[in-house]
Amino acid sequence: MSVLNKSAHELASMLVSKEISSVELTRAQLDNIDKLNPRLNSYLTVTHELALTQARQVDELRAKGEKLSALAGVPIAVKDNLTTIGIETTAGSKILQGWVPPYNATVVEKILSHRMPILGKTNLDEFAMGSSTENSAYGPSLNPWDLARTPGGSGGGSSSAVASMQAPLALGSDTGGSIRFPAAVTGTVGVKPTYGAVSRYGLIALGSSLDQIGPVTRNVLDAAMLHDVIAGHDDMDATSLAESLGSMTEAAKNDSVKGLKVGIIKELTGEGFQAGVSERFQEALELLVAAGAEIVEVSCPSFQYAIAAYYLIQPAEASSNLARFDSVRFGLRVMPEGAATVEKVMAATREAGFGAEVKRRIILGTYALSSGYYDAYYGSAQKVRTLIQADLAKAFEKADVLVSPTAPTTAFLLGEKQEDPLAMYLNDIATIPANLAGIPGMSLPVGLASEDNLPVGAQFLAPARQDARLYKVGAVLEKLLENKWSKSMLDFAPKLEVN
Amino acid sequence: MAKDQLMDYQKALDAYEVVIGLEVHVELNTNTKMFCGCANVFGDEPNTNVCPNCLGFPGAMPAVNGKAIENSIKIGLALDCQIAATGRFARKNYFYPDLAKNFQTSQYDEPIAFEGTIDIEVPSGKVFTVAIERAHMEEDAGKLTHVGGSTGRIQGAEFSLVDFNRAGVPLVEIVTKPIYGAGDEAPELAAAYVRSIREIVKNLGVSDARMERGNVRCDANVSIRPKGQEKLGTRTETKNVNSLRSIERAVKYEIQRQAHLLSQGTAIIQETRHWHEDRGATSSGRPKSDADDYRYFPEPDLVPIQPSKEWIEQLRATLPEKPAIRRKRLQELWVFSDLEFRDVVNSDLLDEIDDTVKAGAKPQAARKWWTGELARIANSEDKDIAELSITPTQVAQIAALVESGKLTDRLAREVLTCVLAGEGNPEEIVAKRGLEVVSDDGALLAAIDQVLSEQPDVLEKIREGKLQAAGAVIGAVMKAMAGSADAARVRELVIQRANEL
Ligand SMILES: [Zn+2]
Repeated sequence: MSVLNKSAHELASMLVSKEISSVELTRAQLDNIDKLNPRLNSYLTVTHELALTQARQVDELRAKGEKLSALAGVPIAVKDNLTTIGIETTAGSKILQGWVPPYNATVVEKILSHRMPILGKTNLDEFAMGSSTENSAYGPSLNPWDLARTPGGSGGGSSSAVASMQAPLALGSDTGGSIRFPAAVTGTVGVKPTYGAVSRYGLIALGSSLDQIGPVTRNVLDAAMLHDVIAGHDDMDATSLAESLGSMTEAAKNDSVKGLKVGIIKELTGEGFQAGVSERFQEALELLVAAGAEIVEVSCPSFQYAIAAYYLIQPAEASSNLARFDSVRFGLRVMPEGAATVEKVMAATREAGFGAEVKRRIILGTYALSSGYYDAYYGSAQKVRTLIQADLAKAFEKADVLVSPTAPTTAFLLGEKQEDPLAMYLNDIATIPANLAGIPGMSLPVGLASEDNLPVGAQFLAPARQDARLYKVGAVLEKLLENKWSKSMLDFAPKLEVN
Repeated sequence: MAKDQLMDYQKALDAYEVVIGLEVHVELNTNTKMFCGCANVFGDEPNTNVCPNCLGFPGAMPAVNGKAIENSIKIGLALDCQIAATGRFARKNYFYPDLAKNFQTSQYDEPIAFEGTIDIEVPSGKVFTVAIERAHMEEDAGKLTHVGGSTGRIQGAEFSLVDFNRAGVPLVEIVTKPIYGAGDEAPELAAAYVRSIREIVKNLGVSDARMERGNVRCDANVSIRPKGQEKLGTRTETKNVNSLRSIERAVKYEIQRQAHLLSQGTAIIQETRHWHEDRGATSSGRPKSDADDYRYFPEPDLVPIQPSKEWIEQLRATLPEKPAIRRKRLQELWVFSDLEFRDVVNSDLLDEIDDTVKAGAKPQAARKWWTGELARIANSEDKDIAELSITPTQVAQIAALVESGKLTDRLAREVLTCVLAGEGNPEEIVAKRGLEVVSDDGALLAAIDQVLSEQPDVLEKIREGKLQAAGAVIGAVMKAMAGSADAARVRELVIQRANEL
C-alpha cells in the first residue's frame, strides 16, 4: 500500500518510528499533486519548495531527538481563503490575483508551529460563495469519484485533494456547509467546530457571524487530531471562546455508543432526499442501534426558514466584508476609460474583479441592510436565527446528538445547477442550521448510493461546545461501517485515470 | 464663489429663534489604536503606524482596546451620563478612500454613555444647562492629502495621498440635544461648551485636547425658526471647526446667512457646510439628508461591551472635580476679581495658571505673565498660547526670580524670550547671560555718587525732603547700570546717600 493512501495518524506513527521521513512523505505527496492536480484543479498554488524546506526542518529536529507534536511532519493543504505569509492568497477571486499576504492566519501559525509542511492552497468558490467550486475565478475542481461531478463547495479544492490522495489533511472553512457538503460528496470527513472554537483571524471573511474553520480528513481520528491543533482561544479574534473544549483526539478513541440518544430531525428526512442517500443513512442508524444507541425523533419546525434567513444574513455580512476590495491598498486595480476618479476606479475594479455570484450576493446583502428594508429582511432573519436556536435547544433536551443526511443528493454534475442559484442554495438545507445556531457539525461517509455509486454523508450535530460528542459517535460509526465493508470508504473510489 | 448675503445679527435675532446642536469628536490619547496594537501617535512618518487591521486587509479582525473603553466611560461619567450595561459596536458602511474597510466601526444605537448634562457659563456670566444625548465610541479614519491643486482640496487636485496612521485612532463623539433659548449668546455658548468639553477631557487625562491637531473637533448644527413657530427650522451642519474662535464665528455666520435666506422666502438646504477661517464664511458641502443610508448593522466580529457596575463605580471615584466647581474653587483660592477670572477663562488659560501656581508662583504673578506678556507674544506670532515652548514651571521660576529681587521686570521679559527661544531654564539663562540684578551695593553706590555729584541742585531738593526729585537721579543711575539694577533698591540708596553726603 502506497504511503499516499495512509491516514494522517498512521503517517504520524511512521514518522515517529522513522519508517519514513517527512521529506520522503512530502515529496511523494508533491509528486502525486503534480500528477493529478492539472486534471482535478484541487490546488490553486502548490508550494513545492516551502513544503520540502519545512519537511527537512522537522526531520532535522526529529533526528536531534526534539519533542515534536503528534502531527509533526505530516503535510497539509490549506484552503485559499486563509492568509499565508509569502504565499499568494486569492480566495478564488480575480480581485486578489497575485496578492501575497504579509501575515498568517492564526490556524496557519498553528499548523506551522506544529511543524506540518504546507503543500499548497486549495481551490474554492470565489470568496467561499457556492456549493460546487464552479464560482471559482480559476475554474472548478473535479470530484475524483467522477470527474464530471462537483467535489462540493465551497471547499471543493480541499475535499478533492484529500479524496484523491493529494493531501492526507486539509483545512476548510464552513459558513453554510462549505466543509461538510464537500466531505459528503467525496467520501471524506469534514467538521465544522463550535462557532468561536477556532480563531477566524486571517480567514477572509464571508459571513463573519457564521464562518468557522475546521478539518477535512479521511477519517475521524485524523479530524480530531487536526481539530486539536487548530482549536483554542486567540486574542486576535474577539469572538473566540475563552475556554478549552477538551481533547477531540481522546474523544475519537471512544468505542461505545451504549445509551447514546441520537435524534433524527423529522424535517431533514424523507421527501426531497435522493433514495440512495436515505437508504445509506437508514443503514447507518441501524448500525448505531445495534451497537446500543437509542433513536429518538425530534422536530425543528423553524428549519423551513433557515435557507431564507441564511441568504439574508450571509450576503448582508458579505456585502460589508467585501467593501474593502476597492483597489486602494491591495489587490487588483482597474483604471476606467476617461478621467478617473477614485469612485470610478473602485467601481471599475469591482466590476472586473468580482464574479457574478459575488455581485449577486453584494446586491442582495446591500438591499437587505438598506434603511426601510432592514427590519423586514435582516431583522427578521435574525429572529429566525433565534427560533432555530430555540428549536435546537429543545431537540437537545431529548437527544445527545442529532443526525440527518449531510445533503439531499450525492455529487451533482458540474454545470447542472449553475444556471439556477436557488437550486444551488437548497443544497445546503441540512448544513445551514448549524451555522445559524453556532453549533458543531460533522459529516461522515456512510457508503455509496445504490443508484449512482457515489458517496453519501451523514451529518451529526451537537450542542455548542460539545464538539467532543461528534467525535465519540463518529469514531464508533466509522468503525462499525469499516467492519461491515472490511475496508475504508476511499478504498471504494475508482482508480483515477489521468494523463 | 458667490458671497453669501447676511442679515444684520441683531435684526436676525429679533426675528428668529436660534437652535443649536453640537457634536464634538474627542481623540483619545491611548497608547494604541481602538481595534489594533498600532501606536496612536501624532506626527509620525505617514503609514508607519499601520497593520493588517487598520489597513483593512483581508482576514484581519478587530480587538477592542480596553483603555479606550475605560476612557470613554470616564468621559460619560464626567458629563453625568448613564453608562450602558451592554453596548454593541455597529458597522457604518460607506465607501471613502480614507476608510480602510469601507465601513467605520462605531457605536450606533447603543452608545456607551447617554442622557447627561453639563452647566456652561457664557462670558456674560449666565449659566446654561446643556443636555447631552449620548457619548459613543468610534474609530477615526485616515488622512487624505490632495496634491497638485491650488487649494489643497480635492477639487482640482492631480492625485491624493492617504496616511493611515490616524485610521483606527479611538474617538468619542459627544452629541448634545438641541439647545434652545441661547438667543444672541448662542455663538458664545457653542464656544464655551467646546471649551468645557476640552477642559474635561484634558483634566481626565484621556485626550491631549489640542484643537489645532484635531484632538478635539466640533461640528455645529444650526437652525433658526421665526419667533413663535413650533416647527424646527432646517438645520445645517458646519464641519470640523477647529478653534474656539471659529466655532463662535461660524455659528454667528450661519444664523445671519440663514436669516437672510428665510427673510427672502428661500428655503434652507439641509447640508454639511465647511468653515473657512480666512474668509470668515461657510460654504456648501454635500447635501445631507436623514435618509443617508449607512446600512448600519451590529459588528459581528466583536462581542458586546459589558462594563460591570463595580468597575463603573471605581472609575467614578477617580474623576476630577467638575469644571464649574473647579472654577469656583480656583477663583476663591486665587482671590481674583470676577473680571480677572473671566478674562482668564475666556483666554483659555485656566490650566496654565493653575499649573504655574502649583509650581510655586503667586496667583496674580501667574495671571499677569500668562494674560500679559505671553498672550502678547502668542498673538504677535499668530500662535495658540499652548503652542509657545514654555512650561508653567518655567513661568513660575521666572516669577520667583522677580519675587526674590534677582530679576527686574525688564530682565525677566528678556529671560522669558530666551526660554521661548529654547535656551534652557530661567536659572541657567540668568547664569549664562549674566542677567542677574546687581545687588552689590558698592557698584550701585559708586554710580549714585557720580550722578548726585553731577546734579547738586537735585541733591539739595532731596535733602529738603522733595523726594519726587529723586526720579531724575534714579533714571540716570539705572541708565548707567544698563538696567541691571533693582529700581526700588536704587531709590532707597539715593535717598540714603543724599542725606549722607
Ligand atoms: Zn493597526
